[in-house]
Amino acid sequence: MSETMLRVEDLVVRYGDIQAVKGISFQVERGEILALVGANGAGKTTTLRALSGMQPCEGSVMLEDRGLRGLSPDEILRLGLSHVPEGRGIFGGLTVMENLQLGAWIRRDKAARTRDLGMVMDIFPRLRERATQLAGTLSGGEQQMLAVGRALMSKAKILILDEPSMGLAPKLVQEIFSVIRQLNEKGTTILLVEQNANMALRLAHRACLLETGNLVLEGPASELLTNPRVREAYLGAG
Amino acid sequence: MDYFAQQAINAIQLGSIYALIALGYSMVYGVLVMINFAHGDVFMVSSFFCFLLLLVLPVPFIAALLIVMLATAILGVCIERLAYRPLRNAPRVSAIITALGCGLVIQNTTLSISPYSQRMPELFTPVTWNFAGLTISSLQILIVGISVGLMLALDFFIRKTRYGMAMRAIAQDRVTVPLMGVPVNQVIAVTFAIGAALGGAAGVLYASAYPVISATMGVLVGWKAFVAAVIGGIGNVRGAVLGAYLLGAVEVFTVTVLPSTYRDLVVYTLLLVILIFKPYGLLGRPAVQKV
Repeated sequence: MSETMLRVEDLVVRYGDIQAVKGISFQVERGEILALVGANGAGKTTTLRALSGMQPCEGSVMLEDRGLRGLSPDEILRLGLSHVPEGRGIFGGLTVMENLQLGAWIRRDKAARTRDLGMVMDIFPRLRERATQLAGTLSGGEQQMLAVGRALMSKAKILILDEPSMGLAPKLVQEIFSVIRQLNEKGTTILLVEQNANMALRLAHRACLLETGNLVLEGPASELLTNPRVREAYLGAG
Repeated sequence: MDYFAQQAINAIQLGSIYALIALGYSMVYGVLVMINFAHGDVFMVSSFFCFLLLLVLPVPFIAALLIVMLATAILGVCIERLAYRPLRNAPRVSAIITALGCGLVIQNTTLSISPYSQRMPELFTPVTWNFAGLTISSLQILIVGISVGLMLALDFFIRKTRYGMAMRAIAQDRVTVPLMGVPVNQVIAVTFAIGAALGGAAGVLYASAYPVISATMGVLVGWKAFVAAVIGGIGNVRGAVLGAYLLGAVEVFTVTVLPSTYRDLVVYTLLLVILIFKPYGLLGRPAVQKV
């Protein structure tokens, strides 16, 4: 028996007259990894921005029993949804440590924060080595680790990750994905957006396929992985 | 030689006051990428706050300083809340015009209440010391000491505290900061409060050093401090201080070698020359364009 963490119903996002997301519905169950896959411009990033309050939207977004629509990003984070944006959103002029502290902004429990800082640095030992360095001096892979680590510092119930593989060498992509798997195994619910459909579908439990703002397929990730339509369009196999 | 040393002391005093005002321009620019053109008038009105306070209640210097800083901080927060926040996402030019408008409202309100210059009552009876041919007054030491103390406190605040960290983060990427759970509006309000409070301290110190205050003095002094912030690299707090002391020195020493009417000519020429070679100011760096 699973319990719904995030329920999205009839989500519509407009940019002026253009509907970028055309009324999609899906849900993320507690403890799972749900992947949103699709081509460039399918509306994946826009969907995430709507969920975290960065973009006005219509429809209903429920985190457990709380409605999120109309709240500001900082209120939504306080309710337990943490968004790692596309391009990572690292503050390059702040140190690695300061970036992590900023991630824990909403938390007042100093002892627990210090403990979690240790936990994040155990997951990403590179961040410990570079704690006092400016985040802008990190490599792309390290910045991605910092972005994920920083999101963990908020102790969110659900982590939404936008293109964690973007711009990374294949080996680093493997590394990031294995960390995402570990986090999930420890109980974090994850909503993952990826253009790298192959990797995403191998990692996720369930997946949704978006095409030009519509949700066209939904099901267990293993099924999407073998679906001829998905294989042809996104996995480069004819 | 003594004469130059004496002028150097005057330059440091003037530079300190410019620095306190320049910090307000620079901090607000840092978080909002907006030039708060009302800031010079906030500085001006703070010296009137001080004047009124002393008329009603002759409090000691430090108490007057703190009360005026608090009152000016509240004014700064109100300006941001009422005039700038509604235009946060409006075209940049609207915010600039609004800032100029706020400045004019403050200036003309003051002018309507006090059409003439006012003589500031003495806040403090200075003692002067002579040594090695130099004259130093305790007022000069107080002005420089308070200014430097406030600057060090600000530097600490920005580098070491939670809100300081959030300000630096907002300066880099205002879009991502709310995703960290940081209430951006609150941080911006704190920025305005601090910027205005420093302007308020400058108003009190300026009025003690040059005790004739008028509703239009914010224009001249405010512009100079703005120039100082630009020379140093607007948005950069240490740059604002560097620019202010440089500007104070140029002003004071220009007058020692040239007729005083050349002062502003030299100052603005310096601005132009520095901007030709360092378009982002001495310590400024080009903004990173995000795509």
